[in-house]
Amino acid sequence: MSTKSPAGSRPLSPFMLGQYYRFQWTSLLSFAHRISGIGLSLGTFLLAGWLVALAGGPQWYAAYSAHLTAWYGQVLLFGWSWALMYHLCNGIRHLFWDIGRGFELKTAERTGYAAVVVSLALTAAAWAVACFA
Amino acid sequence: MSLRSPLSRARGLGSAKQGVHHFWVQRVSAVALIPLALWFAFSVAVLATGATDYFAVRHWVSAPSVAVVLVLFIGTALYHSMLGVQVVIEDYVGSEGKKLAALLLSKFAHAAVAAAGIFAVLKVALA
Repeated sequence: MSTKSPAGSRPLSPFMLGQYYRFQWTSLLSFAHRISGIGLSLGTFLLAGWLVALAGGPQWYAAYSAHLTAWYGQVLLFGWSWALMYHLCNGIRHLFWDIGRGFELKTAERTGYAAVVVSLALTAAAWAVACFA
Repeated sequence: MSLRSPLSRARGLGSAKQGVHHFWVQRVSAVALIPLALWFAFSVAVLATGATDYFAVRHWVSAPSVAVVLVLFIGTALYHSMLGVQVVIEDYVGSEGKKLAALLLSKFAHAAVAAAGIFAVLKVALA
């Protein structure tokens, strides 16, 4: 590995977007996998914070819960739940690619649609249980 | 005494067989997270149907089966997250100094959050 900085002389990863790279459904899903993964990292930190607040006592828990039940907390929770379900479903696509299956363009497009639809269904199911069960 | 250079000697030993370690543990943790994440999402959804005040949630966490699976979920999720964030940093941070700093910060933060989260579950469960 080089110890010299390549920055400035070579373009970094997303440079090709827009100018050189035609929009594709499958690449959009690939970006979404990475973006949802970063979101989930932050979400997992916040989950640990929830448990720390629980261990901290009633005042800490009440203060944390107030944020979770506020409108922005609910928006974040909804976004986090969808990111979790999407990353999970699309992650299963990745696991199939890892064993060498599902690379045909038609298959990759169809499993991509399936990942989005199933992730939305799982998210709706979880929220339906939480709100109406 | 050998006249071979250290580099030549290392090359002669072949690969260290560690090249796929990151790839492999990322997949192993991914497979483990399929049931763990589904369990967590739907357990919290079910929990939300009842009272979600301090005592109700403490009662939920203190059940041994819940506490054990929560610890597994937090540990595995943060390990998988650490591996993923590492790849993102390696892909997008150009300068070696900033990259090293970001990697160290990410690894330490993940370890600290995992320790705090797991300790919190144990503190509630064993209280």
